[in-house]
Amino acid sequence: MGFTVIAFYLFAFTAVASGLLVVLSRNPVHSVLWLILTFFSAAGLFVLMGAEYVAMLLAIVYVGAVAVLFLFVVMMLDVDFVELRSGLSKYLPLGLLIGALLLMELGLIFGHWNFAEDAQALRAAVTPDMAETHNTIALGKLIYTDYIYMFQASGMILLVAMIGAIVLTLRHRKDVKRQVIADQILRDPKDAMELKDVKSGQGL
Amino acid sequence: MAEFFSSNLGIFLIIVGQVLLMTAFVMISLLVLVYADRKIWAAVQMRRGPNVVGPWGALQTVADAAKYVFKEIVIPAGADKTVFMLAPLVGFILSMIAWAVIPFSETLVLSNLNVAVLYIFAVSSLEVYGVIMGGWASNSKYPFLGALRSAAQMISYEVSIGFIIVGVILSTGSLSLVDIVMAQKGDYGFFNWYWLPHFPMVFLFFISALAETNRPPFDLPEAESELVAGYQVEYSSTPFLLYMAGEYIAIWLMCALTSILFFGGWLSPIPGIPDSPLWLVGKMGFFFFMFAMVKSIVPRYRYDQLMRLGWKVFLPLSLGWIVLVAFFAQYGAFGGAYARWVVGG
Repeated sequence: MGFTVIAFYLFAFTAVASGLLVVLSRNPVHSVLWLILTFFSAAGLFVLMGAEYVAMLLAIVYVGAVAVLFLFVVMMLDVDFVELRSGLSKYLPLGLLIGALLLMELGLIFGHWNFAEDAQALRAAVTPDMAETHNTIALGKLIYTDYIYMFQASGMILLVAMIGAIVLTLRHRKDVKRQVIADQILRDPKDAMELKDVKSGQGL
Repeated sequence: MAEFFSSNLGIFLIIVGQVLLMTAFVMISLLVLVYADRKIWAAVQMRRGPNVVGPWGALQTVADAAKYVFKEIVIPAGADKTVFMLAPLVGFILSMIAWAVIPFSETLVLSNLNVAVLYIFAVSSLEVYGVIMGGWASNSKYPFLGALRSAAQMISYEVSIGFIIVGVILSTGSLSLVDIVMAQKGDYGFFNWYWLPHFPMVFLFFISALAETNRPPFDLPEAESELVAGYQVEYSSTPFLLYMAGEYIAIWLMCALTSILFFGGWLSPIPGIPDSPLWLVGKMGFFFFMFAMVKSIVPRYRYDQLMRLGWKVFLPLSLGWIVLVAFFAQYGAFGGAYARWVVGG
């Protein structure tokens, strides 16, 4: 058993186990911490597959940014767990039913999993030879040459979403005093200060 | 013998040995750094600093570390015990594992990852968890508020650090730290390094590094005079020592990054003098001296000023710089100083 095999089972087991604990742990903050561990093991699996770039992005974007926001929100929430769990027996059959349905659907899909010939050919046409190039370079070239319009479009969608979120929460308040840094920097000592020559024992 | 070292167990032992060597380097430099920090700080304030334990007080750090270890670990009654003890470990281990990709010469590197920059960026974006977990698990208002402030600060300055690094990556055409240093090699030594073409960004990077590592003048998370000690209020003994050590290791890493990204890593500044890992250590030492000087001479920022500087000054500046560098690199401006692509660009 080589090192990669041991590493694979380690990451896979951690991912599945911490994924389970996300759902099972009683404290939501613990859930988010387990979720972070899940992301982390998934990044490890990507590294084993030879996709370091995707692995690092997963760690930076999901673990470093998204999960921090999750953690912030969950920490601020005041959740009453007793109340949350009170209806468990009532809703359990419904939940199990939905879960079973989803599982069945997934099983049906995977039972008949085959790509159209054209789809395979399309994918193969743009994939560079991995023996010659490196996956970071290959990804960069694909995204910024072949798929540049789609890449730009997804960027625009994100930008619009961001501006939308800001506009929704923006309030202009006239009744508060604000610090205007530029005004402070542009102030001239001549207008603001007056030097007086005070004779000792006399005062102003 | 050679056969043994190419077997699985042999390779494993070699890697363990290399890791131990790197750890020893970091830990020994940690002892020196804490002592040097206090000595420089004291010298600026015309005090003598640590001067009792060992010759010139040089063993003060060892004495302090031993004292921390032998103190009692106090865990607050309402604390989440597991997370409380895990948080300093997370902070310490994360600041240690970033050293795996720091190259000391072209071959003297634990792991020459081709995404090394991203790796360091990922690890440093994870470091915020040590802070948040510690603040939350203490189950007390002051550490929690301190943790939130600290987390917000670290996330804000990570953005500008990321953009500044993107400029360097654009010039190099590679994410590997070894490639970044080799791209700075040239006939003019000192003037071939990236500090010249990326001149304004050197200062931005240094200031962002100060904020990212919670050093003065941006030490708001633990501002002693206002906040007790931020997220570390409830920590004592070894867990506190781990936080403290993690902080200094992160600072040392930032010194290494500054030297590698902008000041040619192990390359010699004067043509003719051979390159050596000692150059890198020397440069890191110089930047640590700058860190210590800043700590002793610059007054602390206010929190809103810190946020304004991060989001309204550094972010637009570094973003604009990327666009500029992209143009310079594409059209080969300044004799191709911005386009030193090592891979087919």
